[in-house]
Amino acid sequence: MVGSEIKLNGDQYLPFEDKIAEFDRRIAELQAKASNDGSDCSTEIRRLQRVQTSELKKIYSSLSAWQTVQVSRHPQRPLLGDYLNLMVKDFRQLHGDRTFGDDPSIVTGFGQIGRERVLIIGQNKGRDTKEKIACNFGCPNPEGYRKALAKMKLAEKYNLPVVTLIDTPGAYPGIGAEERGQAQAIAVNLMEMSRLKVPIICIVIGEGGSGGALGIGVGDRLAMLEYAYYSVISPEGCAAILWHDGAQANVAAEALKLTSKELLKLSLIDDVIPESLGGAHRNIHDTIYNVERYIVKTLRDLKRTKIENLLENRYRKLRAIGTTFEKPTRRKTEAVKPTKKQPERPTIPDRLSIEAQLRQTAQIPVEEAEAKEPQTAAKE
Amino acid sequence: MADKSKSKWDGYSLKPRRRMPDGLWMGCPSCQHMLHKKTVEKNLYVCPECEGHFRINGATRIAQLADEGSFEPMCQDIASNDPLKFECSGKKYKNRLKEGRKKDGGDEAILVGKAFIRGRGVMLSVMNFDFLGGSMGMVVGERFCVAVDKAIEESLPLVVVSSSGGARMHEGVVSLGQMAKTSAALAKYDEAGGLFISVLTDPTTGGVTASFAMLGDIIIAEPEALIGFAGPRTIYQTIKVELPEGFQRSEFLLEHGFIDMIVHRKDLRSEIGRLIDYCGK
Repeated sequence: MVGSEIKLNGDQYLPFEDKIAEFDRRIAELQAKASNDGSDCSTEIRRLQRVQTSELKKIYSSLSAWQTVQVSRHPQRPLLGDYLNLMVKDFRQLHGDRTFGDDPSIVTGFGQIGRERVLIIGQNKGRDTKEKIACNFGCPNPEGYRKALAKMKLAEKYNLPVVTLIDTPGAYPGIGAEERGQAQAIAVNLMEMSRLKVPIICIVIGEGGSGGALGIGVGDRLAMLEYAYYSVISPEGCAAILWHDGAQANVAAEALKLTSKELLKLSLIDDVIPESLGGAHRNIHDTIYNVERYIVKTLRDLKRTKIENLLENRYRKLRAIGTTFEKPTRRKTEAVKPTKKQPERPTIPDRLSIEAQLRQTAQIPVEEAEAKEPQTAAKE
Repeated sequence: MADKSKSKWDGYSLKPRRRMPDGLWMGCPSCQHMLHKKTVEKNLYVCPECEGHFRINGATRIAQLADEGSFEPMCQDIASNDPLKFECSGKKYKNRLKEGRKKDGGDEAILVGKAFIRGRGVMLSVMNFDFLGGSMGMVVGERFCVAVDKAIEESLPLVVVSSSGGARMHEGVVSLGQMAKTSAALAKYDEAGGLFISVLTDPTTGGVTASFAMLGDIIIAEPEALIGFAGPRTIYQTIKVELPEGFQRSEFLLEHGFIDMIVHRKDLRSEIGRLIDYCGK
């Protein structure tokens, strides 16, 4: 791992925050001096604080990708528990996937955000060592994804919007997880979330690691906190595979374009929720308030949309991911070219669906036929 | 055969030995038997000694699976625009794509098109492990979705042969998004009532397993294929525990209830044909 945190005054500083730590130390000294001999150091303290704030602004306005990853993994960064405490009123946790067990790394339950009643699904990393081990350090098992899906179906039945808070390094790669079908659990979630008949808001609050994040991350809106990251593979994993050296994680992080700013530029996420100055851990309340406001505002928008349109938009959005293509520089079709046609075999147009055949024979204009289809579907 | 025109014998020195053409023989990766390449090819790239299934590229797979000459490729003139401008130790992703296209298997990690399998019309998608490890990027996702759309339009059964290392890292979150995209397309296909037969071959891991490969109405696997979410090396690195024998192989998945059947490569065509007769329209 690149660099370790310096422990000072109970606060943890990241390796690139040396100057901030120094300011904090000097302020603490002055405060101690003031309380010991009663001298007035308030002007000096205020000055130091001002300089420190501007320094923080400077550092955080130009974080590198790897530094962002470090902020998103900060040990004091607000976790799911903090969001549930500060943002959600009257949280009623629901346990168990009804098949195998209950995965503590995915928490599901009903709750009220603002005035909206929603189903909350969140990934929990755990704060202390005991909790961390219970939660697999935020790496969910298949039963977690199945639990999430079961509760989403419940929300669909009672027409409650779904809010998911994503914070995971990735789905758990273990023997048990494979035996119980990690891949299948995630795959089914992707498919079902793409057609769940209630609004879904997904927010990456910390780490958005690969399929583990996507497993509860398909919805109408995908937002990220400013210093969260979202990636197809962890920077360490990418470095180990492509650079053959796990220590190149900082280079890999840069190449993967995993910060909220870059992803918004590529329009792969919808919104970025601002964090407090110097990262969410410096002012938990402000950050969580921003998240709450975002959810309330977005839900109001989404609820105004008809559910059919919502689903259509969701599908179109998913379908549009990565559709700006180039022409291939060199086409190689020899390998797959049909060699010779056998005339006696029926050609594919003969095997069209009945509707398609009718449309062809009756020469019905396509627009008319399409206009008719939704009506028949509604009747069924 | 060796090029005769090149070997010029001057008439008095020792007669040049007839050169042995390269690649006439090959070793079986699982039983280490020396095998004649032609025999293996005739045997559908299955080892005649140990029945080990070799990895084959997309074009070969199509030639084996589809009726002769029936495959009509679709959606060919698209290529990745390299959204991240990815570069790894001086090697550009774009150049790697170009290199990949020069190989014989196909111009991307997936080939899609209409075909016939034993006379039944199907929409066939075949992944090509030779192209950047069969990884799923934007082109794979788009071709897959186009195939699904076409299958819905023409009420064709969908047959997908997967062999992939997972999502393509070089495209970052774009490739992650393809997992959601392909799954969403399959949700549409499911609602339209189509039959989706997913064939898993060695290896199918990562983002492909965690999206369309595991969403088949019927899931078939080739014998002893590696199928899983995380690769065995990743698992070993994470938990540092020796993995059990046969872990993540087809037989393991069958035992745990995640696939319907294991089918030998030589029976694949007839088995798919039969299944289409039962479930197809």
